[in-house]
This record gives sequence, C-alpha cells and structure tokens, in this order.
Amino acid sequence: MPQPMLDQAWDLSPSVALRPEPFGALAYHFGNRKLTFLKTPALVRVVRGLAAAPDVRAALAAAEVPEAQHQAYADALRGLAETDMIRPRGDDARAELS
Amino acid sequence: MKLVEHFELGLDAPICLTWELTYACNLECAHCLSSSGRRDPRELSTEQAKAVIDELQRMQVFYVNIGGGEPTIRPDFWELLEYAVDHQVGVKFSTNGVRLTPERAAFLASPACRGYVDVQISLDGATAEVNDFVRGPGSYDTALTALQNLQDAGFDDAKISVVCTRQNIGQLDEFQALADRFGATLRLTRLRPSGRGADVWDELHPLPHQQRELYDWLMAKARSGVDVLTGDSFFHLAAFGEALPGLNLCGAGRVVCLIDPIGDVYACPFAIHDNFLAGNLLAEGGFQRVWQDSELFTELRSPQTGGACSSCDFFDTCRGGCMAAKFFTGLPLDGPDPECVQGYGEHALAGDRVIPAASQDHSKANPTRNQPVMLTLLTRAPDRPPVSDCAESPLAGFMPEPVRTA
Repeated sequence: MPQPMLDQAWDLSPSVALRPEPFGALAYHFGNRKLTFLKTPALVRVVRGLAAAPDVRAALAAAEVPEAQHQAYADALRGLAETDMIRPRGDDARAELS
Repeated sequence: MKLVEHFELGLDAPICLTWELTYACNLECAHCLSSSGRRDPRELSTEQAKAVIDELQRMQVFYVNIGGGEPTIRPDFWELLEYAVDHQVGVKFSTNGVRLTPERAAFLASPACRGYVDVQISLDGATAEVNDFVRGPGSYDTALTALQNLQDAGFDDAKISVVCTRQNIGQLDEFQALADRFGATLRLTRLRPSGRGADVWDELHPLPHQQRELYDWLMAKARSGVDVLTGDSFFHLAAFGEALPGLNLCGAGRVVCLIDPIGDVYACPFAIHDNFLAGNLLAEGGFQRVWQDSELFTELRSPQTGGACSSCDFFDTCRGGCMAAKFFTGLPLDGPDPECVQGYGEHALAGDRVIPAASQDHSKANPTRNQPVMLTLLTRAPDRPPVSDCAESPLAGFMPEPVRTA
C-alpha cells in the first residue's frame, strides 16, 4: 500500500527524548510514558532528520536509506506515529487531523 | 543482531531502574523482598539523593521505580519527587498508601507533577482476609482508602500492584474488578524468594496448576486487549508455549538494576545480596561507573551458557528463568528456575541444596501490631477427637470404619 506519509512533513514530538544505544536508540515519550526502541542507526538518523527535511522522503534520502526500503521505513514511522513519538507538522498536521 | 541479544550485552544506561529510598516501613509484610522495617542510618541524604537524580538525568534514565521500604515516610519524599520530575526523570512509586491523604492525592493529580508520576498501590489480596494475611492487619483498608483518594482527586490511571501468591491466584478476576472500580490498571508480578520472601516462599509461591491458571488468564487478557502490566516478571511462564508480551529475558545488570537506600547498586530489585552487589554510587565515578564498568555487571553481560537448561526445547523462550529465584532457593544459576513450568524445578528443589544466608536484614527487631500473623485455622473434622503428640493410648487416631450390619 502506498504511504501518503512519504510526501508529508513530520517532526519528533516535543515530549520525546532519544537516547543513543549500540543498536540505535531508545525513544521515550514523557507525556504518554511509552518507551520504544528504534532498532537501527539509520532509523535514528531518519527520525532525527525529520524536522529539517521538507518531507519524509527527503529525510530518508538524507539518512541514505535505499529507495527500495522507503516503504518499510514508512511503515516503521507509521508505527511511531501511533504512539505520538513523531507527529505531522504544518499543513500536513491539519490534513492528518481532519 | 536481534534486539534481545543487544539487551543481553547491556545498554549504556538502564531502561528500568529501581530505587529503594528507605528501608523504613510502617508495615512488616511477610514476603518483603528487601527485608524492610528499620531505617538504615547511612541512608542517602536529601542532597545526595538529588545528586543521584542529576546523574540519572545526564544518563537519560527516563524514569525510575521508587520503592522501599515505604518511600513516602521519608520526610523529603515529596521534595525528591518534585525534583525528579523537574529534571526529566519520571517517577513510578510503589506505596502501601499510608501517606496518600486527599491532599497528597490532589498534589499528585496537579500540574506540578506534569503527568510524570505513576502511583502503584501494593495489594496482595482482593479481599482483606487474603491481603492482610501477608501484609498485616489494616493494610487492605489503607490501600483501598489511598485508591479512593486518588480517584476522588482525579488522578488518572493508578496501578494496583499485586504479588501473585498461592492464596490470591484464585482472585484474579476480583483484582481486575477492583482495578475497574478505581479506574486503575492491574499490575501482577512474581513472588520472589528474596529478603523475608525466602522464609515464606514454600507456603506462598503458586502451585504448578496455578501457574497455568495465571498464564491462561494473562494470555486471555492480552488477546482481549485489556492492559495488564507484569513488569515482564513472568517470562519463566513462556515455556508453556507462546511468550507473554514484553521482554522475555533476565535483565539483571543488563537493562535493570537496583539502587538501595545507602547507594549500593545491585543487579536487580530481587537480588539484594552481597553476591549481586556491583558497587556504591557514592564512590568515585558515581552510578555511571558502577553501571558501565563494574566487574559484576560486565560478567552478567558476557554470554551465558544455559547449563543444564540448554538441552531443553524451551530454553529459547524462558532463558532459564529468574536468577534471583534460583539463587535464593539454593539452585545453581545455570540450571532450571525453581518454578520451571516443565517440572525441572521441582526435581532440582528435591536435590541437595543450601539456601544462602541473607547478607542484610532491616526487619524490625521487635514485632509491632502491624506484623502479619500467617496463621491458618486448622480445620478438623468435627466428628474426630484431637490426637496430640502426647496421646498415650495405643489406639489414638485409629478410627475404624463402622461395621455395617444391615
């Protein structure tokens, strides 16, 4: 299934802190108290790069994720969005909420 | 490498850290895993405790589980709680409820705590009879009053924390009903033979069929989407088949550890014993050095052999069970868990073993009125006379079947 997310602008939630670990990072949400594991260093680079990228696709490219894996990474990001680890920003936030 | 394998090698900082703030306690629970009762005079001062919080913030330990003893009877408890949440260290604290007045409940629900605080009320029976049997007279009422105060203050989602025992496994649905009544979440954890728990483990630990009952109940809750917390403490039950949700591994010294009231760092909350003492955080280098460089933790993070368990079909799911449960029942650490659901534990318990002596005990020297009295009234069939050890009659206790003459 194509992910509209790839063309949207996203950001790390303001309540989330990332802690680097050998496998990637721990993400902790101080608001809902969810703890999540970002299981690869590339995924950590993507999540950290979301804010500076015009859209998710650009963040993936900046983190050197091969295009063949974009769909899989978008699925992982969708999972992170479900617990508010990341959230859409700007116009995409309004679209997401409507 | 799988995530679990990373965890086995240890992380840069713990995921889940337990901090017992004091050994002082108003109660004298029969199964207390830290043998609490009396305050240790070397207890960390307020300033030392704040320095620990500063270090946890630097290491990005996102939250701590605070316990004791009864943490709320430290006069600076509320001050430390606020200090922690102000320094991005969330707090989940365990209490018997003794200090959770309506005023304190209102404080916990207030913006001052910013939703970074979780409260766990300990309750080991869904009825006063079952709870007070191990936690002492009046402790059930104290816990329920605290839950009521939290609910009345609008504190969202308190936890009811239950140690599963032979006496309360039959009450799982009643516990769930209590949680529902108070808008709380149920948390079930495993009874460990640690601290005073070593003295009562034989009487309290669930029987094999009760372990199955617990496993089936937890699986049914998971399937129906009801959130029941377990602190990942039942991974030994994974050998029944499907693993329960959560990390199914022993996290001791790898992803969890314990800081005790005097700053000693142990491998896990259930292993307060010299054999599992990694160091003290007041020493040079602080907590970080103990966590990252201590000899004990380095050893716990090195590849472990499954020992006698490695040939078992279920070793990959249960990983040999709980280190503390083995240690305090005198079983080898590389063998089966005493409650191994495949039955290897019973076999091991029947063999030669020496239960290790406790290396510390903060129990009250003289029992108070709060001490539980674990008496079970002897039930004797009313048609039988008592037979005492002193009975002299050669026919004492001999009750022949009546001869039927019809």
